[in-house]
Amino acid sequence: MFQAILFYMFAAVLVGAALGVVFSRNPVHAVMFLVLAFFQSACLWLMAEAEFLAIVLVLVYVGAVMVLFLFVVMMLDIKVEEVQRGLTRYAPLAIAVALLMTFELIQLIWMRNQGEGSATGFAPYPEGYSNTESLGSVLYTEHVYAFEIAAVVLLLAIVAAITLTMRKRPGLKVQNIAKQVAVRAKDRIRVVKMDAEKKQ
Amino acid sequence: MIGLQHYLTLSAMLFVLSIAGIVINRRNLILLLMCIELMLLSVNFNFIAFSRHLGDDTGQVFVFFILTVAAAEAAIGLAILVVLFRNRRSINVQELNTMKG
Repeated sequence: MFQAILFYMFAAVLVGAALGVVFSRNPVHAVMFLVLAFFQSACLWLMAEAEFLAIVLVLVYVGAVMVLFLFVVMMLDIKVEEVQRGLTRYAPLAIAVALLMTFELIQLIWMRNQGEGSATGFAPYPEGYSNTESLGSVLYTEHVYAFEIAAVVLLLAIVAAITLTMRKRPGLKVQNIAKQVAVRAKDRIRVVKMDAEKKQ
Repeated sequence: MIGLQHYLTLSAMLFVLSIAGIVINRRNLILLLMCIELMLLSVNFNFIAFSRHLGDDTGQVFVFFILTVAAAEAAIGLAILVVLFRNRRSINVQELNTMKG
């Protein structure tokens, strides 16, 4: 019972935060709502006993990706009043379709046990079970190839992000180290042979 | 008792909400990216719920990889956004019509 109350509380805040992301005028507020949504999801994943992923969600998503989002949002200085005109004429149609889709999906999900009345919970893990340990034992044996590919994907992201955003500014005075090192004395000074001057 | 159906319902609501967000906010590219992040989150919810329901850890490994790819996607997307803003002075989706698509 206590678990159900907690679940509904976290779920309500999560949906509220998602609504905030979608409908907030100010992009900074939207990012903050998204951070809240990620925190709530981490709590819900903890309740589903997926502890490792919950911690990874907070560390990687809130700690790195959302900070990146916030950084970009604040760097770009978007005018808020320009965004305010943003709610388009599609809004009523979109909301209607969204409500319909939610209704249908919920119908579909709950169709299975209409007869029994209530859903069954997840089967509890045995005593002494460690989520991180079992995930690691699967990740480094069965899925080690995919793991390596994930590392390559991250490397690709680093290279792509740096090459996309790096730029050469014109008119900037910089040293060319290679040129400086490669220079020889004979390029700089010329020794001229000439006769001695006569005494006046 | 909180089980598979509750998690699936929550995930469906999140997913539909983020689709609605993409259709509604057709001005701001950053909001579109954030809605995509929300969508990936709801997919992860599904994976975790089914992983727990079936007692198979492979679903959680999938979530791990989705998180990795989503982080890469966010980094590259934001880099493209910064370059776009530098060139066009705007991230309004409706002004991005250079290619006449």
